Amino acid sequence: MTQHNPQSTNHVLPLKVYFAVGAALFVLTAITVGVSFIQFGAFNMVIALLIAAVKATLVALFFMHLFYDNKFFGAILSISLLFVAVFIILTMYDTEKRAAIYQEKGGPIQKEAVIYQEKAP
Amino acid sequence: MNTSSESNYLNASRGWKSWLFTLDHKRIAILYFFAIMFFFFVGGVLALLIRTELLSPKQVLVGAETYNQLFTLHGAIMIFLFIIPGIPAILGNFVLPLMIGAKDVAFPRLNLASWYVYMLGSLFALYSIVTGSVDTGWTFYTPYSTTTSGSVISMTLGVFILGFSSIFTGLNFIVTIHKLRAPGMTWYKMPLFAWGAYATSVIQILATPVLGITMILLILERAFGIGIFDPAMGGDPVLYQHFFWFYSHPAVYIMILPAMGIISEVISVFSHKKIFGYKAIAFSSLGIALVSFLVWGHHMFTSGQSELAAMIFSFLTFLVGIPSGIKMFNWMATMYKGSVSLESPMLYAMSFLFLFGIGGFTGIMLGALSVDVHLHDTYFVVAHFHYVMMGGTVMGFLAGLHYWWPKMWGRMYNEAWARITAVIIFIGFNLTFFTQFILGTKGMPRRYYTYMDQYQPLHAFSSVGSYIIGLGFTIMAVYLIHSLFRGKAAVKNPWGALTLEWTTSSPPVEHNFELQPVVVDGPYDYDRIRIENDQRIYKEVKMKSETETKVGL
Amino acid sequence: MSNTQAAYLAHHFSDAEQQRESAKLGMWIFLVTEILLFSGLFVFYAVFRAWNPDMFINAHRFLDVRLGALNTIVLISSSLTVALAIRSLQLNDQKNAGRLLLTTILLASVFLVVKYFEYSHKIHLGLLPGKYFSFQGIEGTNPHVFFSVYFVITGLHGLHVIAGMLVISWVLLRTWQGEFSSEYYTPVENAGLYWHLVDLIWIFVFPLLYLVG
Repeated sequence: MTQHNPQSTNHVLPLKVYFAVGAALFVLTAITVGVSFIQFGAFNMVIALLIAAVKATLVALFFMHLFYDNKFFGAILSISLLFVAVFIILTMYDTEKRAAIYQEKGGPIQKEAVIYQEKAP
Repeated sequence: MNTSSESNYLNASRGWKSWLFTLDHKRIAILYFFAIMFFFFVGGVLALLIRTELLSPKQVLVGAETYNQLFTLHGAIMIFLFIIPGIPAILGNFVLPLMIGAKDVAFPRLNLASWYVYMLGSLFALYSIVTGSVDTGWTFYTPYSTTTSGSVISMTLGVFILGFSSIFTGLNFIVTIHKLRAPGMTWYKMPLFAWGAYATSVIQILATPVLGITMILLILERAFGIGIFDPAMGGDPVLYQHFFWFYSHPAVYIMILPAMGIISEVISVFSHKKIFGYKAIAFSSLGIALVSFLVWGHHMFTSGQSELAAMIFSFLTFLVGIPSGIKMFNWMATMYKGSVSLESPMLYAMSFLFLFGIGGFTGIMLGALSVDVHLHDTYFVVAHFHYVMMGGTVMGFLAGLHYWWPKMWGRMYNEAWARITAVIIFIGFNLTFFTQFILGTKGMPRRYYTYMDQYQPLHAFSSVGSYIIGLGFTIMAVYLIHSLFRGKAAVKNPWGALTLEWTTSSPPVEHNFELQPVVVDGPYDYDRIRIENDQRIYKEVKMKSETETKVGL
Repeated sequence: MSNTQAAYLAHHFSDAEQQRESAKLGMWIFLVTEILLFSGLFVFYAVFRAWNPDMFINAHRFLDVRLGALNTIVLISSSLTVALAIRSLQLNDQKNAGRLLLTTILLASVFLVVKYFEYSHKIHLGLLPGKYFSFQGIEGTNPHVFFSVYFVITGLHGLHVIAGMLVISWVLLRTWQGEFSSEYYTPVENAGLYWHLVDLIWIFVFPLLYLVG
């Protein structure tokens, strides 16, 4: 970490890179909105998240200069995402597998919140 | 070497403003020292009140409700206000820049801000005590914490704010270690305390924000009933425990890792021997930091989480034993055939080895799913985490405090009393908490102000032990305060250590070093260097060119 | 190094490059804490969506996709302008940098105005989080949880937008005062990084809340 790439200090990207990335982000936004109106079932979610991931990568690589900057910054970002994944996966491994042995343990403890009970006919 | 005549960080500028607006990492460490010691005192008094109440199954001092508030406050204050910031903010702030040959931490203003944020958070915690207090236990489990009448919101807001203080310190340390090492200080020439502080900071950065969002969601659940944690609103209390322990399990490694770093320093210095397995210790710190994020579910074996998840968490929990074991064996191997001198820091370090050993092994027992189902929420668990937290972290803190005390204040404490105190605390600790292992296996549940008559002798025994601990800390306070006014002036390097902080005067000058240090020797090269009258003597013949660049000049 | 010993160099750094790299490293680590702060909300979303997928689909129809998409475009544009502002500073064009930073702040205000209309519409209908939820007509279990998720995520994100506006205003003032040049523009760079992160989070929030269909 003590030696640095002198290029990273003042690397000026050409204007067209910024505009190309911006245009790609606009197009991807349009695609993701358009696709959401077509029914693919569970795949809608996958497609939406894939497009979001592509957009996020573009922003990180070009707007945030990760592509040209110190690679360690990219590593930091990736590590944080790794720990987010650990958090989501291990938590959902519990919440989704509660019914694995005892059926009645599936889902949250009380299915319906108390606020609906008064309203029920 | 005399402290009074020369300029140092303590007398460089005067007046309360020069302290409250200081950007010097050493002065900020002193600010933290007084604040954190105050809360350690408060937490300790609460502990003695708890133990006094438990002398007999009848009401001794307080009733059930007050007792619930007492143990909640004891836990919350000790965890959030003492033990998490304790070693990083006091000793880390003071020695880390000195150890790596930096003039300051990377962001001095952020460092000062972290102290103010700490004070603000602690005010919220104190406010909650005044306004009805909290009786949820330090974990704030839902749904009780969303329905109890206590002032949960101000306490959790305090915890949320304290998290920022922790994050600021961690952020500062990571950048300092990456960017401000002295010339020649490669990663593998860094003292192991710096490695410990680095691993700690990584956890602080990755885990503390999750505590922040947990506290926000808890407050929102209490205020708006958003339906995430409260089953009455369609939420899931076990999910709260996931959120809470995703932070709080790594947090116990925030507490122990810097203590392990101190032990690595102290054992090598007082064994006068090169540390055994430097890289193994360094990377086991990072290993612990990584594994700590995978094991949080072992707090929830009996909470109704999925049995499959419980099995996986139980298995992952055993992994923590590997890096911890690596450290223990390396420390033992360092002492083996070394010329061990039993000064007070070393006595605390050896207490650490013994007590953390017990704490660690009982941790493995509790990590086993089938055993935990029986021992969960008994005094066995209480004893386990006191062995790890007090027997581990506090012993490490005391070792470090005694080790660096001459550097911090330029004064020596009374060594004879320090050794006696170390023995008193060790004995008192074991009387208090080993008894609780026995209580736990006999089925005494935690968090009750009363109990069945058959537990009375053991409880009384444990309480007596706690008074002995209290006596030990009282003696310590006396000789440490005495040393500030009457202590002998400390030399640069009273212990003959090789790390950089001992090459500057005691106490250090304002910007740490007279000249930018250049690192040539490793931090533990006791096999070829010894210190005599603050000077490095190279045992081998290779003296000619290296003496000119040596750091001791 | 004496030629780089400028006023902005703090005493404990040996040169400007070390200070710049430290500041950026610090900023990236701060961004990590932000990501993990939001991770809790994504867990909240994921767990409850997995429990009540139908309710989430029914409830999300009450969000306005057009306004969400508009806000996405606005936020991406503001990310672009802040990136271009930094580029201008790299080229020593303070005037243009100031204009672009100002545009960023304006776009951020547009985002907040749109958000205000969305919120007031929901408040009007009684689509409120938690126990204040009073809307009837969404099929499925516990629809109030969806609006809890919606308000908590967008609310926290909105707070970050406001914080980002304050930070960018601060660097804008300093740009106008001529403190930055191609030699030294680290604060603008860090403010930009923060703003991009706000954008990054929205890029995920938008499909998760508005497009779950």
